This record gives sequence, structure tokens and C-alpha cells, in this order.
Amino acid sequence: MAKQKSVADLSFEEASSELEALVASLESEQKSLEDSMTLFERGQALIKHCSDLLEKAELKVKQLTGDGLSDFKDE
Amino acid sequence: MSQIPLFETTPHWTVSELTRHVRLALEADSSLQDVWVQGEVSNFSRPSSGHLYFTLKDSSSSLRCVVWKKDASSLRMSLQDGLAVEAHGAISVYEAGGQYQLYVNLVKPVGEGALFQEFLRLKALMESEGLFDPSRKRPIPELPRRIGIITSPTGAALRDMLNTLRRRLPLVEVILAPSPVQGEEAPARLVAALQTLNGKTKPDVILIARGGGSIEDLWAFNDERVIRAVAASKIPVISGVGHETDFTLTDFAADLRAPTPTAAAELATSISVDDLKYSVRQMQISLLDSIQSLLERQQVSIENVDFRLRQFSPARRLQTDQQRVDEMGHRIETSMRHKLELSLLRVQSLDQRLIALSPLGVLKRGYAVVSRSRDKRVVDSVKKVKRGDELNVRVVDGSFNVDVTNKSDG
Repeated sequence: MAKQKSVADLSFEEASSELEALVASLESEQKSLEDSMTLFERGQALIKHCSDLLEKAELKVKQLTGDGLSDFKDE
Repeated sequence: MSQIPLFETTPHWTVSELTRHVRLALEADSSLQDVWVQGEVSNFSRPSSGHLYFTLKDSSSSLRCVVWKKDASSLRMSLQDGLAVEAHGAISVYEAGGQYQLYVNLVKPVGEGALFQEFLRLKALMESEGLFDPSRKRPIPELPRRIGIITSPTGAALRDMLNTLRRRLPLVEVILAPSPVQGEEAPARLVAALQTLNGKTKPDVILIARGGGSIEDLWAFNDERVIRAVAASKIPVISGVGHETDFTLTDFAADLRAPTPTAAAELATSISVDDLKYSVRQMQISLLDSIQSLLERQQVSIENVDFRLRQFSPARRLQTDQQRVDEMGHRIETSMRHKLELSLLRVQSLDQRLIALSPLGVLKRGYAVVSRSRDKRVVDSVKKVKRGDELNVRVVDGSFNVDVTNKSDG
């Protein structure tokens, strides 16, 4: 894994695709126990991050105004 | 002034006769048997018989209308109070009610004719340019991060779409490009919204939508400028204009046509937050499985190494060597004991033989050993003595000396 951004900074898409790759590499590649445990711990952090993002997600709505974007309040 | 026949006793007509006469007179007028009449629908009713009844009215008059069941089923639009329609049929009289009415066999929205002709002309033109080709359709992203919405900021369509997105995929960011969706300026504003979204904010997919309405209300979505802008969009476009049965040319140009704004929001989120939660749970299971099987493999390999280690351990070598030493010791001990026993036997046998060879045993039997006193040499031949020699005679229990007085051969 070349990039090792902090889990908290990852978007859902980044976290879930890293997670997929991580699981695939754990399943297929021969790794040392230590490397595997490091991967596993990162995998658990990624899963928690993904679940949190899904649980806490709130639709963000912005409106194009002139040149920029502003928050849009519906209802 | 005409005279009113006040005292006439025999009427010239019965009600039935007069009504029939009027009916026949109206039916005989061919111009009344094939009429198009325009008005607003009111008092619409649909009793269980399946026939339809309504009144067409304008600002100053009203006309009773009937659609027989057989014609009702083939009407191209559904009627309701307040609709402005053009109705086609024949004028006649309902004799029981004494009312003339229009027996309707066709109904269409007001103005449909001209607009419909324009719709067909534009559709043919766009088709000939290939704007509606299936090969032009871009795939809709499965999991958009950002969704652009072009609609009226105050319409129910926007509320429906936001509610649907909030329910299905609250992870997304919505960029609303507000635009009027009907009226004179709508087409230009819709085009500008499409271009702005394509240029700056670059959502993954664009929804262009409005709620239901008459063909005139939806007309902006049949505007050539709008159709071309939808076809030219680099970002995939989902259209959700009007109700299920409404088709606009924007629908044909879009990459995907949804029957309603809500359906457009659903089609833009084919993967929902529930699907994502499920897949995260699946990945969690895979992760746990993989680490568990890895640990099991490690366990097995540790046991394997342990076994091999123990095979080659110095302790084992020592045990083996010790055993060999013990074994050697045992063998040495055995062979020594054997040798000793053999020696002992030999010694015993030598002893027996010694005893047998001892001269004492012979002396016991009465023999004597004779030796010369002067030099202690044993006398075993007459030649070793001469007369006068002193000899020593040894017998079993002692010895004595004798002198040689005579000698003779054998």
C-alpha cells in the first residue's frame, strides 16, 4: 500500500476501495504475521470509518448562485 | 302582434312529438354531425355504466356532453374538471330530458394539434442528426458522489428528489442548478444550467426534472436548444419530466429516462446506503475470515517447526549419545565378564593339570626323586652317578641321603 493516509481523512469511496484491496491481499498473498496483523488493524479501522460515514451521512445540498455555491435549505 | 290562441282545445304537438321533431331536425343538419368544439370540462362524472358525462363551458354558455363506453375506452386523454379540451362528436337530443347534447367520440387537449405537429417535426430532425442514438447513451455511474439537479427551486419535484436521495444515499452532495421549468425564459435557463454544471462543479450525474403538467407546461423540455444541450452534456443526464405517460424530446436525448422526478433520483442511486452497509459487513466478515485462516496457518507452521526443532534438538542428540554410551558400557561389561569367566576356567583347568603334573602326586604313589647332593641335579640316568657319590632321595614326606655302592645298566 503506497498511500497511507490517515483513515479519518478518507472518503467512503477511498476507504471502501482500500478495504477491498486489503482483504484481497490478505486472502491471496503470503505475508509475514506482523505485516498481516498491521493490515488487519488498518482494515478494522477502515470498517469502522466506513460504518460511521454511512450512519452519520447527511445529504448536503448546495445551490449554484452566480459564480459560486451556497448552502441550500429545503423545507 | 300575433294572436295567442287562448281557447284552442286540441294541441298540435305532444312533448314527445316536438322533441323528436327537434332531434330529427338537428340530426338532419350535417354540419352539426361532425363538430369540433372547445371548452372547459366541468361536472365530470363516470358512473358504473362506463359512459362518461360532463359539461363543456366557456365564459357564457355550457354544453352537455356524453361519451359512450365504447368510445370512452379509446380516448387519448383522461378527463377531469377544469381541463381545456377540444371535443369532437355529433349534436343530438336526449329526448327523455329534453336536452340537446354533444355525443363525443374524440377528445384532445386544446392546442395539442399545433404543438404535436411541432413535436413530431423536431423529433424527426433530432433523430436524423443521430441525437437519440442508443450508441450515444453514456452509462450512469453506480455510486455517484455528487449529483447535479436542474429544476425549479420551489417545485414539488425538487422536494421529491431530495427526499429520495436523503433516504437512499445521504452520502452524496447535491448541486442544485436552479432554473424555471416553464415559460418563455425556461429553455435558455435550462441550457445555461446544463453548461454550468458541465463546466465547473462537474457532478457525476445530472438530473433534469419537473413535475407533471399540460403539454404546454412541459414544452420547454421539447425546445430544440434544451434537447441539443442535453445531448451535448459530457456528464450523463437522467430526465424525469412530468408523469409516467408524458414523453418529451429531452427524454429521448437523455442517457436515461425516468417516468417521474422521484424515479430519476432512484435511478441515480442504484446502490443505496443499505447496500453499502451490507457490503461493509461482508468485507468485515472477509477480513475476519482471512486473518483467522492466516493465524491458523501460522499455528500449523509453528507446530511443524516445533516438531522439526525437537527432532534436531541437542537434547535429543545427547539422549541418543547417552544411550549409545550406555549400550557400549553394557557391551564392554558383558565382554569383560565373559573374558573373566573364561580366564577363571582356564586357571582352574591349569590348576588341575598342575596338580596332575606335580611330582608330589607321583611321590605319593611311592616314587622318589633322586638328585646329586653336590650339585642338586636330578639323577635320571645311571650315567650321571658313580660309585661313592652322595645322593639325596626325596620321598613324599621327607628326604634322606644315600651313598652309591654299586651301579649297573638297565
